[in-house]
Amino acid sequence: MQLVLEKRAERSTAIALISPLIAIGLTVVTMSILFVLLGKNPLAALAVYFITPLTDGYSLQEIAVKAAPLVMIAIGLSLCYLANVWNIGAEGQFLVGAVAGSWLAVVTHGSDAGPWVLPSMLLFGAAAGALYALIPAICKVRFGASEILVSLMLVYVAELLLDYLVRGPWRDPAGFNFPTTAEFDPVATVPLLIEGGRLHLGVAITLLVVAGAAVLLGRTIKGFEIRVVGAAPRAARFGGFKSNQLILLTFAISGALAGLAGIIEVAGPIGHLQPGISPGYGFTAIIVAFLGRLNPVGILIAGLFLALTFIGGEQAQIAMKIPLDMTKVFQGILLFYVLACDSLILYRIRLIMPQRKAADGTA
Amino acid sequence: MLDPTPSNPRTGQTPLLQTIGLTKRYGDFLANDSIDIEIWPQEIHALLGENGAGKSTLVKTIYGLIQPSEGEMFWQGQRMVLSGPHDARARGIGMVFQHFSLFDNLTVAENVALGLDGKESFKDMSARLEEVSRIYGLPLDPKREVWQLSVGERQRIEIVRVLMQNPKFLILDEPTAVLTPQEADQLFVVLERLRSEGRAVLYISHKLEEVKRLCDTATILRGGRKVSTCIPRSETAASLARMMVGAEIKQVKAPAGRRITVPRLLVNELNLEPDEPHGVRLQNISFELKGGEILGIAGVAGNGQDELFAALSGERLAKDPGTIVIDGQAAGHLSITARRKLGAAFVPEERLGHGTAPRMRLSENALLTGHAASGMVQHGFINTAATLSTVDRTTAAFDVRKAKRDPEAGSLSGGNLQKFIVGREILRNPVVLVVSQPTWGVDAGAAAVIRQALLDLAAEGCAILVTSQDLDELAEIADRIAVMFHGHLSESLITADASREKLGLLMGGSSLTPKEPADAVGA
Repeated sequence: MQLVLEKRAERSTAIALISPLIAIGLTVVTMSILFVLLGKNPLAALAVYFITPLTDGYSLQEIAVKAAPLVMIAIGLSLCYLANVWNIGAEGQFLVGAVAGSWLAVVTHGSDAGPWVLPSMLLFGAAAGALYALIPAICKVRFGASEILVSLMLVYVAELLLDYLVRGPWRDPAGFNFPTTAEFDPVATVPLLIEGGRLHLGVAITLLVVAGAAVLLGRTIKGFEIRVVGAAPRAARFGGFKSNQLILLTFAISGALAGLAGIIEVAGPIGHLQPGISPGYGFTAIIVAFLGRLNPVGILIAGLFLALTFIGGEQAQIAMKIPLDMTKVFQGILLFYVLACDSLILYRIRLIMPQRKAADGTA
Repeated sequence: MLDPTPSNPRTGQTPLLQTIGLTKRYGDFLANDSIDIEIWPQEIHALLGENGAGKSTLVKTIYGLIQPSEGEMFWQGQRMVLSGPHDARARGIGMVFQHFSLFDNLTVAENVALGLDGKESFKDMSARLEEVSRIYGLPLDPKREVWQLSVGERQRIEIVRVLMQNPKFLILDEPTAVLTPQEADQLFVVLERLRSEGRAVLYISHKLEEVKRLCDTATILRGGRKVSTCIPRSETAASLARMMVGAEIKQVKAPAGRRITVPRLLVNELNLEPDEPHGVRLQNISFELKGGEILGIAGVAGNGQDELFAALSGERLAKDPGTIVIDGQAAGHLSITARRKLGAAFVPEERLGHGTAPRMRLSENALLTGHAASGMVQHGFINTAATLSTVDRTTAAFDVRKAKRDPEAGSLSGGNLQKFIVGREILRNPVVLVVSQPTWGVDAGAAAVIRQALLDLAAEGCAILVTSQDLDELAEIADRIAVMFHGHLSESLITADASREKLGLLMGGSSLTPKEPADAVGA
């Protein structure tokens, strides 16, 4: 008996939809095994991870708040990945966006600046993220440098820049030497959608971004360009599309979205700039992008799912003393299975039975 | 139980390969319907049929790539069930595919090594590669990287790779589709040598004259069924074609009342440095092409035809705008999109990955070249109805056969995809059409449709430049023929004067003396 991968004539739409579910299923099975090895009841652990967060309104809002940056970053990344260029440095673009936007909040702190502050901060954040993402893109287009390495290494540069600023020039004088800026003024804070709740304006902006990306990819010639450059570069050139321009464009968009997510996170749920503003949103968003099939609506669903694992992970740590790092293990395993299951879109698995024995009997 | 060795004229022997009732079903579709075929040692056996007749399915089954739904295969009288191509190779069955499976960035020797079992050292293998290529007269430099090689040379790699496995039985899928008469003649010498060595060859081809000349036996498939097994020497090309198509093949003919009008495409001393280290430099290429006229460009593959196509299409830009003039406008500096807006249209040689994005739908591939100069895009938004209607109109006008309304381009057969690509451009009513290898690896029926379409387009006043390695094709449709050699383009000959000998000389790099300039055009 033999397992073979057989190429399909066309990509299978059904499998494209089912494959993430298969991946999630396999991940849950693997996680159960890990829980058993840790000496925990796997069913109870899975319930804490996936069910408990869905049972109260506060956690549900928290999931949406956590999902917002993931989805926004992943939408940008999906454009890069569709164009077959690999922005791995969204985490850095997220941080740089947060830093650039925070600059306005820091310099206007305590002044009577008007309501223009927050919009300007968002603009600064997005612009800084875009510029930061253009560094690897320009290096690639101009010098042929690997955008994967350059964008990844710039993450550490951004982390250290943030670290320096909040420990040095931007540190809150009244902050007992903690590495943090002063709490942002109300005009520099992302407003809540409902008073007393957790949902903030950033969640609404994220939904707009999802809708915009769906229109861009599905309906416009620019979206078609992105897809064709990624799928068949030579055909794209024959179609008159310039891949270099597109690399710059997709990196700029994804950097802008990551930067925007960064400043919203700082000016929203966190309220001030400090190290550790991201639990790895920029990297987790890579998983979200692939789990969501590089499709805007898929990414929205995948973002909510991954946010669930963040919340579930926190609750599992509290309730069952399961280390928080299990969440990262979970996300890593999930990405592995998602990529593996993707082979099924273009290939089908077939079992080939040895027929020789039967044949000898009849021949 | 069927007798594995039914009565045959060669009693006392068993066929090398025999299939009985071989059937392959895809859902309700019968790709192969109960096919019986016998291949004997020392035989060159032709497999003839239109696109979709089931030739590829049959040979893939014999090569172990496809498992038959029903039926049996016998190898030297023994029942054979193949678990995969490696199983077929182990028995001595080798196959040369129409679409090459070579890694562009690896050398010839590395590519060959990847296809072998790897039991010998790379050095020994390279030595054997050189030996095999020398013995069979298939010269190859093992150290060259594949991307630098012409199509003809790439095919040599595939053939040598298979020969190095010392097969008893060799399957060739349309091997001469990419070769010049001279290259084809060289291949025939190789095949005849293989036959004399006691091997068998199964040979898929559309060139019926060639089959008549070379093959001992021919099996003809139509619609998945075997129509006949015959001796091609005692048939005519017409009778073979009739069996293949099931009807008379329409002769292409130029419509009456064609008028040669004003120059539509002018190329003035076009020089272009190659963009690859081993590419061909275009040198002083000049020609004039008038509306209503078809100019053929012949030449051995890899003599600058690809570079000329890239320069004319605008995939690569010329320094001086005036070197290329499309419909009176200097266009050397314009992008391919701008040239399309001037009324030019282009059909590249490679269908998959260049002419189309294989994993995208036909409607999206219609958009690929139609976005610049049609109603398919409004304010940056795609008009899906317009792209689909282009697919429908192309399908209707050029008889594109496909499983559903808007399938992925890669799922179409070669001939049908080519009809779609050519049709997509013709329906844009171009004033200049530059087409490279219009019927590369396409069956007789589809080729006739495409050639007739080109003639009809010329009759409507379009200026057409056809690059082809098929001299018969150029003789059939071109008014004039010029030859490319090492980046130079010869003076064009009026087709009636362009004998195979003259063209052969030009293709080999000799000049014709006395020079025979031909500015006038045969109507």
